[in-house]
Amino acid sequence: MSKAFTLSAARPGVITANDLRQGHNVWMCDDGWTADPRRATIFEDEAIAELALLKAIGQADLVVGPYLVEARRGPNGPEPTHFREAFRQRGPSNYFHGIQADQAQDIPETAHV
Amino acid sequence: MFDVRPVETDYVRHRATQFRAQVERRLDGSLTEDEFKPLRLMNGVYLQLHAYMLRVAIPYGTISPDQMRTLALLAEKWDKGYGHWTTRQNIQFNWPKLVDIPDMLDALADVGMHAIQTSGNTIRNVTTDAFAGAAFDEVADPRPYAELLRSWSTDHAEFQFLPRKFKIAISSGQKDRAVIASHDIGLRLTERDGKPGFEVWIGGGLGRTPLLGQVVRDFLPEEDLLPYVEAIIATYNLSGRRDNKYKARVKITVLERGLETMRAEIEEEFKARRRDFHGADREALSIFKDRFRAPSFRNAPTDAYDAERAANAPFRSWTDTNLHPHRVDGYASVIVTFKAPGQTPGDASAQQMRLLADLAERYGHHDLRVMHDQNVALPHVHKSDLPALYAELKAAGLATANAGLTSDIIACPGMDYCALATARSIPIAEEIADHFRAVGLEEEIGNLNIRISGCINACGHHHLGHIGILGLDRAGVENYQITLGGDAYDIPAIGERAGAGFPAEEVVPAIDRLLRAYLEVRQDATERFIDAYRRLGPAPFKAALYPVAADA
Repeated sequence: MSKAFTLSAARPGVITANDLRQGHNVWMCDDGWTADPRRATIFEDEAIAELALLKAIGQADLVVGPYLVEARRGPNGPEPTHFREAFRQRGPSNYFHGIQADQAQDIPETAHV
Repeated sequence: MFDVRPVETDYVRHRATQFRAQVERRLDGSLTEDEFKPLRLMNGVYLQLHAYMLRVAIPYGTISPDQMRTLALLAEKWDKGYGHWTTRQNIQFNWPKLVDIPDMLDALADVGMHAIQTSGNTIRNVTTDAFAGAAFDEVADPRPYAELLRSWSTDHAEFQFLPRKFKIAISSGQKDRAVIASHDIGLRLTERDGKPGFEVWIGGGLGRTPLLGQVVRDFLPEEDLLPYVEAIIATYNLSGRRDNKYKARVKITVLERGLETMRAEIEEEFKARRRDFHGADREALSIFKDRFRAPSFRNAPTDAYDAERAANAPFRSWTDTNLHPHRVDGYASVIVTFKAPGQTPGDASAQQMRLLADLAERYGHHDLRVMHDQNVALPHVHKSDLPALYAELKAAGLATANAGLTSDIIACPGMDYCALATARSIPIAEEIADHFRAVGLEEEIGNLNIRISGCINACGHHHLGHIGILGLDRAGVENYQITLGGDAYDIPAIGERAGAGFPAEEVVPAIDRLLRAYLEVRQDATERFIDAYRRLGPAPFKAALYPVAADA
C-alpha cells in the first residue's frame, strides 16, 4: 500500500478499495463508490477522511480492503502521485485491459453502488 | 497413457461446493473479510492489484489434453482469454470475478482439477522435472513419488497451518531440472545398491533471504519417503518461527538452529512416525507407479525428420534449441516456449491451450507438462512427427526457437498485476527480448538465464538467474537491481548484487553492455555467460555495467 502521509490541503487524498463481487478497483465518491478514479472524492481534512475510511470499512458488503492514498488535484479530477496507484487507475501495461479499456469503450459504470 | 485424474474427485467436488457456500456467506454478510480471506486463500483465490486472481494447481506440471481444454474454457468464459504459467508449474487467471469462481471450480472438478493448497501456509504444489518419464538421464520417473506426496499432503490435517508456506521439489535426472536447492525440501531421486531412494535437502528458498538448501540425509530409501518428509515438516511445524512472517520459512529455522540440531530432531521424529505407517503408503506408491507407466512408444524410422532438418533452416534451428533428449531412440521432448516476440512471458491464450491439447493427442501420447520456466513441454514426440508438429506450432506463433536463450526469460507478473510488487517485470522482460532479437545477438550469446522479479519475494527467481533483475521502488520511481552469477541447475548459486540499481530505461543498455563484454571475454562459443563469469569473477562484468565508476 502507500506510504503513510499526513493529509492536508497541500497533500490531499482519496479512498480506494476493490469491489467485493467483481474485484475491480473502486474509489469512494460523493454518492457511493465509482470505478472511475476521476470521480473520486478528494479529502483534505484528516478527521473527515478518517471518518470516511471508517464508513468504507463498514461497507464490507460492497468493498474489500479500503485505504486512504495520496492524490493530487488535476484538471479532470484527482490524479495519482505514485506509480502503483497510476497502474491501479489504468490497468496493466502488457494488455489493454482493466480501467483503460473500460474508459475507452465508455462502459457505463457497473461498479457504481 | 496414464490416468492423471486424482482418485479423490468426490473430495474435489465437495471442496468446490464448500467454497460456493463460503462465497455466498461472504456476500450475504455472514462472514467478514477477515474470516473469508483464509478460506479463499485455501482455494487459491487472491485479491491482486486490479482484480481477484485464481491459481489452479497442476500437480507436478503434468496435465492431460482434457484438463488443458478446461483451462482454455476458464480463460475464455470467466477471464480475459488467457492464463499465466507459474514457476510452480501451475496456472494463474488474472481477472476472475469472485461471484464466478465457484463455477470455475466446478468446471475444474469435472476434470479432477482444483485450486486447493495453491496458497496459504500449507504444502504447495509438488514440482518436478518437466521431462519426467522421458529424460535421457533419468534414474526413474519421479511422478509416482510426487503423486504420493500430493495425495498425502492434500488436506493433511496437521499441516494446514504451518508457520509459512512449504514447497517440495523432486529431481530425477543426472542434471537437476527441478531446482531442488531452492526448495524447503528438495528430493534428488537416486539409487543405492540398485534400490531407489532420495538424497534429501532442506532449508533452501529465495525471497528476501535467499539460501541454498543443505543435504540432511544422503540416502533415504523410497519406502521411508512419507514418514521422513512428515518428520521434517512436523519438526519445522513446532520449531519454525511464528512471531515473524519474514523469518518463518524452514530455511530460517535451519539457519538459526543449525542443520545438526534439525537433523537430530528429524531423525528422532522419523523413528516415532515410521511406526505409524503400516504399508498403505507403499501400496499407494505401487498403484501410482502403475498409473504412470510409460506409453507404448513407436519404433519407426526418423528419415523424415532428418530430411526436414536438412531442407528447412528454421526447423533445424528450432530443433537445435527446443528439443530435449529422450530416453527412447527416435523420440524427443519438445519445449514450446511462451516467450515469442511481444509476448508476455508465460501467458497462454485459450486458443493456444486448445492447440497444445490437440497436438498432444495427435503427436504426443496425450501428455503435456507445464515447465517451471513458464513454458510447456510435450514430453514424448516421435521425431518423424516433428515436422508436422513444428508446422502447426509455427502457424500459431508457438514455434519460437529460443528455449534456454536470452529471450527465454522467467518473469513474475510484477506490478502489472501483483499487489505485493514494487515495480513492473513484464515490460523489462519484453524490452530485453526485443532488443537482443533486434541486434541479432541471441544466437551468438547462446545459453543464458535471465530472471526478473518485481519485488524481493523473488517469484521470478532472480537470484537464480545468470543475470537476475529485481524491480524496486526507489523514492517513487521504478528501479532495477542486477545480480550476476546465479544458477538454478548445474552448480546451484545465488547471484550477487552487481551494484547500484538502474532506472527502467537504463536496464536494456546495461544488459547490452554486459553481454557485449561477455562476448569479448569468452574463450569460445561453448563458454556460456555463466561459465565465463565463474572463470573471471565479477570484475569485468561490473566494469561493463558501470563504465563510469570503473574509469574513475
